Amino acid sequence: MGKILTRMGDGTLIEASESELRRDLETGTGDAADKVGVPRLVQGELDHLLDIFTTPAKFASVELGNEVVLSFDGGTLKTRRLGVATGRIQAIQFFERALGADTMELAHIDYSYKQIKPIAGDEQPVLEQALLVSTVPLFYGAMPNLGIYSQPDGPVPNPAELLPQGKIKEARTAHEEAVEHAVRDIVYVGSKMVESGADGINFDTTGAAGDPDFLATLRATEILKQKYPDICIELGMAGEFILGMHGEMTYDGVRLAGLYPHEQVKLAQKAGVTIFGPVVNTNTSQSSAWNLARTLTLLKPCVENSAIPVHANVGMGVGSVPVVDNPPTDAVSKASKALVEIVRIDGL
Amino acid sequence: MAVTHAIAAGMGGMRAAGDLVARMQMSQGMRIGEAKTYVADKLGVSPVELSDPVVMNEVREDLRLGMVRDLPGMAKGIESKFRIAEVLGIEINCLNRFRERSGLGA
Repeated sequence: MGKILTRMGDGTLIEASESELRRDLETGTGDAADKVGVPRLVQGELDHLLDIFTTPAKFASVELGNEVVLSFDGGTLKTRRLGVATGRIQAIQFFERALGADTMELAHIDYSYKQIKPIAGDEQPVLEQALLVSTVPLFYGAMPNLGIYSQPDGPVPNPAELLPQGKIKEARTAHEEAVEHAVRDIVYVGSKMVESGADGINFDTTGAAGDPDFLATLRATEILKQKYPDICIELGMAGEFILGMHGEMTYDGVRLAGLYPHEQVKLAQKAGVTIFGPVVNTNTSQSSAWNLARTLTLLKPCVENSAIPVHANVGMGVGSVPVVDNPPTDAVSKASKALVEIVRIDGL
Repeated sequence: MAVTHAIAAGMGGMRAAGDLVARMQMSQGMRIGEAKTYVADKLGVSPVELSDPVVMNEVREDLRLGMVRDLPGMAKGIESKFRIAEVLGIEINCLNRFRERSGLGA
């Protein structure tokens, strides 16, 4: 076999030999296994991956009958980012009728629960109208985004300014205060949207601000599930492990800093999450093959450990998708196929 | 990118039975295999046929579950969701709100 066209994690098109691809798959799975302490992919799985990468077709897909559910976090943000000046209700209809969305999400462009709280009353009628004209399940979503609770944007002292001054205790106290504010905001907005009829609430990029961010989301999930036991809560992560911004926060006795997907999903389940969306970050210096092998290695135990559906995040820069604005279909479709066929995810 | 995933691995939403299978994941926390089996049983099709737009177009038309084509007289939006709830045997949040606010009751 001659050279095969494939990608780097930054999207660059490169040529690789079969042996180079095989090497990248081996080192990708090894990287995850060695660093995180999870099993490597077995030989059959690596061979399957190699088949996917050595197929010259531009597009890869699952076999008929093996399709999974697609949940579209960020939902109505996508058309806005494309510069298509359509209303959000029309965007929802377009996604459900023309783009094959199995679920959709109403999202505000200022996509954070803190920012939505003061305008929740204006978001609710949009959701209520959307629910009248749409057929697919409709989430309301936003980010916990604890970063914006720090001064000057928010009420708590800025830990990033306190830490260089050696004020570790004060920085941790600030993180703890941010958690309290965020839980209140998330529960407030989530409650309003459930009362307006949402099929589910989505927490997007959970953990973006580290362990406080993850903790606030878990606690808000608990409260919302107690108030509304039948509501669907989807929790999508921001990164593959929880940054220890506070470092000592725990949930159910488990320290949050440093947790990987197979550990995150257990806590998400305990909190009452219905659908978990893990992330594996793309390394732009490595090939797609390396990244995908690594992604599968980290997500396989997550799926195996989970009693709830797992919808892997396979967007820009995650799930081995290259870090580019227009992710190439060859890389994206190969990731889709591999995640369904090898890891047996419940959705994307 | 959404289109890539939809064609590579997606069930096709309302073109087939993707939204219905999604509802079972969301309302009951079912994993994908269980959700497909459940929906297939309720619709009287095989799990493989759930992703077949040819079969599912007929099923959705017959059962009034909402279709991609905007045809006159066919169930749309909330109308189709009432049917979906009945066929799948699940509760849908917005239907409860609709009944309450419209005065139609439980």
